[in-house]
Amino acid sequence: MEKLAPAKDRLVKSKQNWVDGELRGKILVLLCAVIMITATISITIFLGTKGLQSFIKNGVSLIEFITSTKWNPTNQANPEYGVLPFIFGSFAVTFLAAIIAAPLGIGGAIFMTEIAPSWGRKILQPVIELLVGIPSVVYGFIGLTVLVPFIREHVGGLGFSLLSGMIVLSIMILPTITTIATDAISSLPKSLREGSYALGATRWQTIRKVLIPAALPSLLTAIVLGMARAFGEALAVQMVIGNVRNLPTSILDASATLTTIITLNMGHTTYGSVENNTLWSMGLILLVMSFAFILLIRYLSSRRKL
Amino acid sequence: MSNITLTRQVFDINNLNLWYGDHHALKDINFPINKKEVTAIIGPSGCGKSTFIKTLNLMINMVPNVKMTGEINFNGQNILSDKLDLVELRKNVGMVFQKGNPFPQSIYDNVAYGPRIHGMKRKVHLDEVVTKSLMDVALWDEVKDRLHTPALGLSGGQQQRLCIARALATKPDVLLMDEPTSALDPISTLKIEELILELKEKYTIVIVTHNMQQASRVSDKTAFFLMGELIELDSTSTIFSNPADERTEGYITGRFG
Repeated sequence: MEKLAPAKDRLVKSKQNWVDGELRGKILVLLCAVIMITATISITIFLGTKGLQSFIKNGVSLIEFITSTKWNPTNQANPEYGVLPFIFGSFAVTFLAAIIAAPLGIGGAIFMTEIAPSWGRKILQPVIELLVGIPSVVYGFIGLTVLVPFIREHVGGLGFSLLSGMIVLSIMILPTITTIATDAISSLPKSLREGSYALGATRWQTIRKVLIPAALPSLLTAIVLGMARAFGEALAVQMVIGNVRNLPTSILDASATLTTIITLNMGHTTYGSVENNTLWSMGLILLVMSFAFILLIRYLSSRRKL
Repeated sequence: MSNITLTRQVFDINNLNLWYGDHHALKDINFPINKKEVTAIIGPSGCGKSTFIKTLNLMINMVPNVKMTGEINFNGQNILSDKLDLVELRKNVGMVFQKGNPFPQSIYDNVAYGPRIHGMKRKVHLDEVVTKSLMDVALWDEVKDRLHTPALGLSGGQQQRLCIARALATKPDVLLMDEPTSALDPISTLKIEELILELKEKYTIVIVTHNMQQASRVSDKTAFFLMGELIELDSTSTIFSNPADERTEGYITGRFG
């Protein structure tokens, strides 16, 4: 039998064990964290410096950049750098997509958690996972082949429009909203439902007056996360929105968003040119907006009551 | 004589059997519950006492795969019949749970919840019900200046009394309490027990409890359940001093359970 060291010695921390196990593991996970943080900070700094160059080095006016509706960077004599139409386009498709996807997603979530928890979930869950798995280029392709001609023939306009962009985006962000809303509602304690039913409330009253208000901060988080995704989506939107530089006047007008203008123009502008730099500035606006979305989500989560 | 007994009964349960799937959880229960009395239900864990109290407002229907036979007559109406209006039953048979479960809303909205879902809209009426219910549970003085603050800001004992007020707001005849003090400290427990003694002037109360001193302090009748059977139902003093069944005596004196 192995001889045990006296209790007094065993109580002294063994340096060897510390180095062998604890320290090695600690360094490993610290490294992972450092890499992630460095990547984020570098991207932010790079985008910050590149994005500000058009204003500092090329002398583009910031005010003109975000308030002018005239985008004509290739005009040699008098180039114009107004990106308001694209900022507007980005916000318009994002909000419109959220208006469609939020009720659908939250409705689906309520169906899965409260109305038909067994079979509803069995069918809807895989459907949603499938929606997540479809690549955005496929969404765009379907939109281009089916949706655009349909809108052209049955609704009006060119077909390439805010409306097409909003429909494609709303389907793309539906899984995000549904998944988070489902988690939010199903994580509400059972005692809330019991309390409501025991007072004679019907299922619908319980959903409407207890469960939805209790889950509201999380439901808003779900919507904001969906909007953040919509705001940053480029490829699928670009394929159906038409990409014109004018401010749209109706939902059937073709339009453009910050992301679509960047993807369209990054290939054929020279690195370091004014036009290329303004694309970076648009990227910076996207980054600032995504920070704003994150702050909003943080704020909403801090208001969660349960 | 028997006529008088009949009219005093709020609940009359005959040959109630209940199965969870294959598990026979309640066996041939015959149980009259009298008006304006406190009936305590005691018994070891898993004896069916919580199951039993949940049949009285049919909260048991929330559990999947439950099957029941027999009769539960509430004011002369068998609540196990298909014609039952569940909303009306639960309006008349309020329930308080193990742990206070206020909604994450204001104190006022919690109490007004029941009356609102049953169609009360006028603010004057709601104000009146909220005030009265909170006074009934002796919470009014503690919360009258912060009726519109979140109910979850109250202490555990206050939350439980708020839940009692919420149940009283629908003006029930019967109040079911499923181990209402099991999550509370001794002082809050004492307050709830005092409250039960006051409430029995107006309401019929059925209380499930693990705490035998509590049963003896607050109840008029005590029922002892064991393995899904109602072993003994008698006045509390008889059960605790001179029980008829030796299993009751064994449980009360702490030989098992």
